[in-house]
Amino acid sequence: MIFEVFRQERKGQPFQHAGSVGAPDERFAEIYAREQYGRRQESVALWLVPREAVSEIAGFPDEFELKYRRVDGYSIKARLREARERAGTLELAPGASDE
Amino acid sequence: MSDRTDLLLSIADDELFLGWRNSEWTGIAPFLEEDVAFSSIAQNEIGHARALYELAARELGTTADELAFDRRPDEYRCAPLVQLRRLEWARTIARHWLYETADEIRLEALKESDDPEIAGIAAKIDREEAYHRMHARMWVDRLLSAEDGRARLNDAVDELWPYALGVLDAELRPELRRRAEEQLGRSLPDVEPISRGVHEAELAELWDEMTMVRRSAPAGAQW
Repeated sequence: MIFEVFRQERKGQPFQHAGSVGAPDERFAEIYAREQYGRRQESVALWLVPREAVSEIAGFPDEFELKYRRVDGYSIKARLREARERAGTLELAPGASDE
Repeated sequence: MSDRTDLLLSIADDELFLGWRNSEWTGIAPFLEEDVAFSSIAQNEIGHARALYELAARELGTTADELAFDRRPDEYRCAPLVQLRRLEWARTIARHWLYETADEIRLEALKESDDPEIAGIAAKIDREEAYHRMHARMWVDRLLSAEDGRARLNDAVDELWPYALGVLDAELRPELRRRAEEQLGRSLPDVEPISRGVHEAELAELWDEMTMVRRSAPAGAQW
């Protein structure tokens, strides 16, 4: 069986995927995870999850480039410049003299 | 030499030799995860040896390194069980489990010691040994669960049983028998223990390997 291992570096921090261990059962997996991900004091706690228990979701079509859904969707700077040009206030904008 | 130092050296030698023997599996254990785990256990044992040698060294006015590496082979006090060279895997597990079971009984007794340093170091060691015991027991249960594994383990335990008894003083041996029989679910033979003080030929071989660097650079090797 393959177990995915998540480790918590310090109390209160989120568990993050650390890697996996192969083991015949949970008892072996616990010992192996402890030795591989805990023996150097690099973790305060581990989560072990059998790989079959993980539901993977993949495939996210983005046919119409709906950029505005993303926080990094588009540059506000370019849009602002266009709007100022239209309004004829470009030279009044802060930092305009640098451009 | 005081009884206290004698006791510390006996346990330290056990841990050093077992750690060294177990580390003989590094790189060739049955699978990768076991390789990492068993090597880590071996390193822990050597760490325990160092802590015990340091206590003894203070009393003898020497150092842990000198105690570990500068004695003659016949001066080591380790039980013959830990002197035996890397054994086939089922035998390695049998030795590991027999040793850890005996060591648990010994540590329980030491934790009750009137000497606070002995009681303290025993408690400290025991907190790590708890995981070694978990490892040993899970392997024993695993081997017992299939016919082939059970046969191999039982042969190995029968062969090593007189050695296992030799790890402990006479008064603690009945408890070792009780615990070992309980996990195996069968009785163990009545045999003459192979006690501490016996030096197997394999001890000298291991000593030769273990002290090679030290002897080649007596002033201390630089890395």
